[in-house]
Amino acid sequence: MIDLSQHTSLGSALRAAFERWPRETCLIEADREREKARFTYAQFAERAHALARAFQERGFGDGHRAAIIMTNQSKWLLSAYAILSRGGVLVPLDYKLNGDEHLQLLAHAGADVLVVEYPFWRNMAGSTAAGAESPDAARPGLVLVTEAPPNADLRGALRWEEFTGAEPPDFVERKRSDTACIVYSSGTGGRPKGCVLTHDNYLEQCAALTRMYPFGPGMRYLSILPTNHAIDFMVGFIGPFVCGATVVHLRTLRPEFVRDAFPRYRITYMALVPMVLKNLERGLRARLADQPAPRRWLVRQLIRLNRALCGRRPNVAISRVLLRPIHKAFGGGLRMLFVGGAFTEPETLEFFFDLGIPVANGYGLTEAGTVITVNDMKPFRSDTVGKPLPGTEVRILAPDAEGIGEVAVRGRTVMSHYLDDPELTAETIVDGWLMTGDLGRLDAHGHLQLFGRKKNMIVTEGGKNIYPEDIENAFVGIPVKEYCIFAANYLWPERKLGTEQLVMVLRLEPGSEFNDALRQAIETRNRKLPDFKRIHGFLVWGEDFPRTASMKVKRPLLAEAIRGEGAERRRAVVMI
Amino acid sequence: MKQGVSMASSEQTLAEVLDLASKHFKVSRDALVPEDDFFEKLGIDSLQALELLSRLENHFRVELPDYEMQGVSDFKTLAERIQERL
Repeated sequence: MIDLSQHTSLGSALRAAFERWPRETCLIEADREREKARFTYAQFAERAHALARAFQERGFGDGHRAAIIMTNQSKWLLSAYAILSRGGVLVPLDYKLNGDEHLQLLAHAGADVLVVEYPFWRNMAGSTAAGAESPDAARPGLVLVTEAPPNADLRGALRWEEFTGAEPPDFVERKRSDTACIVYSSGTGGRPKGCVLTHDNYLEQCAALTRMYPFGPGMRYLSILPTNHAIDFMVGFIGPFVCGATVVHLRTLRPEFVRDAFPRYRITYMALVPMVLKNLERGLRARLADQPAPRRWLVRQLIRLNRALCGRRPNVAISRVLLRPIHKAFGGGLRMLFVGGAFTEPETLEFFFDLGIPVANGYGLTEAGTVITVNDMKPFRSDTVGKPLPGTEVRILAPDAEGIGEVAVRGRTVMSHYLDDPELTAETIVDGWLMTGDLGRLDAHGHLQLFGRKKNMIVTEGGKNIYPEDIENAFVGIPVKEYCIFAANYLWPERKLGTEQLVMVLRLEPGSEFNDALRQAIETRNRKLPDFKRIHGFLVWGEDFPRTASMKVKRPLLAEAIRGEGAERRRAVVMI
Repeated sequence: MKQGVSMASSEQTLAEVLDLASKHFKVSRDALVPEDDFFEKLGIDSLQALELLSRLENHFRVELPDYEMQGVSDFKTLAERIQERL
């Protein structure tokens, strides 16, 4: 791999990879069963340089900010390298946000450039960023739209495909302490949390991860998570590229095409979120259940034998021989899956391990540059999220009698700060330690176990962090005096993960009662939210909410009062 | 075949969407109405919703990108998205 210690920026490390492996394939883009693009490292550099030159001619350079809103595809990576090679700062935005949310974050990030797929640009047409006077107020000066239909009204934007320069671009060097990316960990509708991550953060993270799980030429990584996702940016772009490996981008999450991609491209590694892993498990279980009884018996015996021969240390070579048809369905070259972003049930991890497909369970935060801990498979464990990455320190603050306390993290991968929010930064990074808000315990072997959360948020199976205050705007206008949304696990800590629910607390107007019209008003608004942002139940509260002098709800105080009423109050929650 | 399908009215498309969802997820057809939230009614996650979308694509012989499902959670809107492409 490229010696990252010799580089001061992501752009520089990537450039070295293009020079070192010009003929290796770096990127394949597939849409369903169709292959749409394929690049060697040299071809990738050539295409990205044409884009970088056009940026240069427009005056884009040192420290300018460029946002990307795209699904999982090659133009994401091409644009990212062009931006980084010009010394720019990447602002990866979640394409699943709506037009208003996109504009709000573009305005907060102060993006000079936007690279966007046509459907999302079209969605922004009637949107306005919160607080802005017009739809164009948050619009970056230069907008590049990909894959726009020939007659589409681009509203002054340029076509990405035509935005090229002929001359070689000038590469702009950056220092390790310079900002590489601004990544939003949350904040749409609430307080934007733009994590400012430096080149040093990413290069250190990449070095640590590839030391544990090395990539190399000939290895293929299947990327199905969008590249704006912190996990995919690292293990589906930077990591494989600086090792000369190949990234296979799949533009759809459809389970049938994900399954097909494994044998089609003989995949070596893949990172996924628990929801996708569970879907793969469901598909495999259904296929096994469909087998005739003698065959099912045989598979069970082979699984037992595999377990006896491998113990708790995966040996893919043995498993591939014993459980050949299963491994063949995964292409025959799969070494490991990585899962993170949310809680994964140990039973799911054990299911795959029994089949000889090790799944490395990890834990991370965008604020810590993606990964904090990951299982090293020495031995395989399904009950922990692994050990801290080399160079990352983890400690448990104020542990109770069982050793459980808040997880704090220190190391060179921890972000610099939250963009334009010194107050939140000071609360989150204390004496160099990142306060994760997660509750955990370190066991005797240095493995981290998680037990819930101190902070008011949930994490979905799809790996999305949902902060209740970001959803509250969706319920404006319901006929109550006031309302507030909490994570159930924050109100009533259970010391476990996996039950992620949101509860709305309502204070009714004096003299009014909860009735069907109110229920209807809540449910109608709830349904308009994406499924992963919906509230699960509500609770009627008999007192006015405590508020600050500036009339903000004092959430911790209200939560404490609700918590103080014990289990009976929890049973009073009406589920939707 | 495609021509025959393209003649389908919105009502027919909606009825076929409900039929297929009921069959694929083994839920009584009588229990489904157009305004139902399919995540709740079928007890499915977003990946299973994409599986349903694939079945619908095969049935109607159209292709809908994944992003067409963004923000769609009821059968009626889903049928409208399909109808637009018939």
